Amino acid sequence: MTPEELEQIAVDQQEAENQLDHRINVCMAASCMSRHSEQIVKDMQAKLKDMGEKGEKTQVRCVGCMGLCSAGPLVEVDHPADEAAGKGPEKVMYRDISPEHAESIVNATVDGRTLPDLVQPTDIPYFTRQKRIVTENSGYIDPECIEDYIAAGGYSGLVSALTEMSPDDVIHEVTVSGLRGRGGGGFPTGLKWSTVARTDADQKYVVCNADEGDPGAFMDRAVLESDPHRIIEGMTIAGYAVGASKAYIYVRAEYPLAIKRLKRAISQANKFGLLGTNLCDTPFNFDIELRLGAGAFVCGEETALIASIEGKRGTPRPRPPFPASYGLFGKPTLINNVETMATIPWITRYGGEALAAIGTEKSKGTKVFALAGKINCNGLIEVPMGISLREIIYEIGDGIPDGATFKAVQTGGPSGGCVPADKLDMPVDYESLQEAGTIMGSGGMVIMDETSSMVDVARFFMEFCKDESCGKCVPCRVGTAQMLDLLEKMCAKSATQKDLDLLKELCDVTKACSLCGLGQTAPNPVLSTLHYFENEYMDSLQGEVTGVGAVPATETKAGAPDPTHEK
Amino acid sequence: MARQKLPPTQTLTMKIDDVDVTAKPGQTIQDVARDHDIEIPGLCYIDGLTIWGACRLCLVEVEGMRKLLAACSTEVAEGMIVHTDTERLRRYRKMVIEMLFAERNHVCSVCVSNGHCDLQAMAVQLGVDHVHLPYMNPDVKVDSSHDRFRLDHNRCILCTRCVRVCGEIEGAATKGVGGRGINARIINDLNMPWGDSQTCTSCGKCVHICPTGALVEKGTAAAEMKKHRSFLPYLTVMRES
Amino acid sequence: MIASLKKPEAPSDDKRWKIVQATMRRNGYSRNALIETLHTVQNSFGYLDEESLRYVAASLRVPLSAVYGVATFYHLFTLKPQGEHTCVVCTGTACYIKGTPELLQHIETRYGIKDGDTTADGKVSLLTARCIGACSMAPAVVFDGEMEGNVTEEQLDTEVDGWLKS
Repeated sequence: MTPEELEQIAVDQQEAENQLDHRINVCMAASCMSRHSEQIVKDMQAKLKDMGEKGEKTQVRCVGCMGLCSAGPLVEVDHPADEAAGKGPEKVMYRDISPEHAESIVNATVDGRTLPDLVQPTDIPYFTRQKRIVTENSGYIDPECIEDYIAAGGYSGLVSALTEMSPDDVIHEVTVSGLRGRGGGGFPTGLKWSTVARTDADQKYVVCNADEGDPGAFMDRAVLESDPHRIIEGMTIAGYAVGASKAYIYVRAEYPLAIKRLKRAISQANKFGLLGTNLCDTPFNFDIELRLGAGAFVCGEETALIASIEGKRGTPRPRPPFPASYGLFGKPTLINNVETMATIPWITRYGGEALAAIGTEKSKGTKVFALAGKINCNGLIEVPMGISLREIIYEIGDGIPDGATFKAVQTGGPSGGCVPADKLDMPVDYESLQEAGTIMGSGGMVIMDETSSMVDVARFFMEFCKDESCGKCVPCRVGTAQMLDLLEKMCAKSATQKDLDLLKELCDVTKACSLCGLGQTAPNPVLSTLHYFENEYMDSLQGEVTGVGAVPATETKAGAPDPTHEK
Repeated sequence: MARQKLPPTQTLTMKIDDVDVTAKPGQTIQDVARDHDIEIPGLCYIDGLTIWGACRLCLVEVEGMRKLLAACSTEVAEGMIVHTDTERLRRYRKMVIEMLFAERNHVCSVCVSNGHCDLQAMAVQLGVDHVHLPYMNPDVKVDSSHDRFRLDHNRCILCTRCVRVCGEIEGAATKGVGGRGINARIINDLNMPWGDSQTCTSCGKCVHICPTGALVEKGTAAAEMKKHRSFLPYLTVMRES
Repeated sequence: MIASLKKPEAPSDDKRWKIVQATMRRNGYSRNALIETLHTVQNSFGYLDEESLRYVAASLRVPLSAVYGVATFYHLFTLKPQGEHTCVVCTGTACYIKGTPELLQHIETRYGIKDGDTTADGKVSLLTARCIGACSMAPAVVFDGEMEGNVTEEQLDTEVDGWLKS
């Protein structure tokens, strides 16, 4: 594939597009598909066929996630400019569409009319306040069509990197962009890349971590389902930059649609010469393979993920050595998450400075968040770093449903914490969130109203961590189980002050001593809810009296041996 | 054929517990400490087996590092200042020992390893005089199906010394870990009775390397199971030959 | 020693073993392909039984203990046969906040099965998943591979009752 050939594909695709009068885009991401968007597409296509010649100039296209999942299935119609009427091109979004609407939408579209009753206004903050980089193509292109991606400028970043830039240039741009790992840790991406690039080895690997395990997070799923070629392009650029020729995408088996689209995208890219040997007539070779997870949250941890790709139990190992020097099959390995990889093509296309111009001083660019829980606009958003939580929840997310009161927002999943109402004006960036006792995490935001008990939320996450602990190191294996028992006691209102003290002690040990991030962060949901909602913990203790020493100390379980008595 | 080790190209200097020590590049904190008779606690580490890094008893403080580091797996660096015995570390270690005691059913008085148990010794050394964590009293089994040996899950601390010695030294790989988290258990083959295993060579290394009364010889009464560890120094040699 | 290098025979002439062999072949019978192979076995046979674990272990030259270790480490693998139909309830955060605990309680009361159980007639298995990424339509349930969002108790009953009658 030469730059000229790529350009030609884009031009051809654009021309084919221009032959059309109307386009009807139907969301085919998992959420809308579960509400029968596939049937909507079939019905629309059948209707157009019935129309004969009249229907030929209208195309129904399957596209990826449009973001506002709570209003799905979503359909967007592109009307062309009507010069006679002095109208420019126009997009109309329809919400809550079911197969019954298929015919009327097709009829109206072909006649150039809109159906006001079904319209989803797009001048609301949910749409206008977003800044879309990672999700720039989501909802516009057909994720199963490589030409569509190319027509939208796809793979031009890769081709220009390969033909115009040295690997060092690429790393320089990524460093300048200020991009930090979007999987949760926030490690500077450029630094990670240059570490791998500088390590000498006969073989290096690139791994894309698509094991999106945080409950309440679905950003990566949406990106994989909506724009899979973007990941392939980002990974290939990464491979060129660090000197790797082989790559793996480690994706959760729970995401069958994402897997299907990735498989298809990889085979298309191979066919188009965008993967394989001698890319762009250079000596650079690059192959990507898929590896499926099998339901283990801990595999999001780099060393556990490596073990899993190697076909082993997904248990982490002590770091250092870091995967950048000793990773997959013992070779230097670059591991980035989906969103990080998806930002790369944009950086090579527009330059690192362009990304650095967005966001705050230390947190550059945009971040995709998944809004879920008690919020009106459920779905996916991409916003510049530094935006406030209040803007996200009350403006973009349109506030809390049923007139309820906001209580807390949980970010960072089981490694994060809950942020209360008085912190809503805090900017969303890596440092501020950490200061508030939580983390950016991968981008899940679960909004809770006053009906949620914070002790119960802490219990929920502890149960998760206990179930997902690999069992290798003692503090995580035993600590999470012990903490869960105590939190269950609290939820049952049968705990004592002594239990609460013990809980705090266990949090400290588990955080400080665990082998990997899972254990080290498992206490965070407890610690943050303890910090902001201590009264709820006090209320959860037995009876009304909760002062220290007011409750008789409980004995250890009868019959339990004291191991050190009989020596 | 034993490989001839190249002489070290350089010597590092560092501090462990306020003592100036020298070290070779590539050594771990544990190696260097031992060379200088500084004892760091630990239960999963065995010279000659792959480093597991899971008991967390050998965690040390390294100046300039935010996190605690495992002495068994962390390589030394020039100028490193290590503290192996701070108040904080002692507190954490005691708690980890307590966690192990609370996790399974360690009844020392009736245990055949009473008096010859690394866990017990570690508890004494660290001053664990009682367990203030609730006992979890799991319902775990005893496998007595093997002719000569017994596997008592009640006493297991999942250090995986047996798994590693079986796979890495004996080469049988009979022992493994099944399940995960708090439900993880040492298994034989496809989690079958040990006596039914077709891969076990009955070499007994797992029994003698086991730090507790989890793997023992049959026919021993309380406090009678003394483990024979004389082969341990040879593990490194066996791996290198 | 030559004999031991030969690939072991499939446990039976069941055609599904061909699919399993294809996966192993595609991965060059590398032991790294253990998880991929177990996925294929489970997709083909519904679960992992002792015979299949032994066969995979022998084919990929992975110790039995390692195969069992992997098969029991990952949640998606099951060593028990599943019911004819499966109902996977998502227990992610958003689903939890929006009523999964009540749904599970309802299933237990009405059908007498808990997470991991199968009804006595072998028709329906109840499983839970740690977030299937359908948070915007919480609570979400996957009925025989088809995801449904905003599931109510009534909806669930209609689906499950239908299976039980079939």
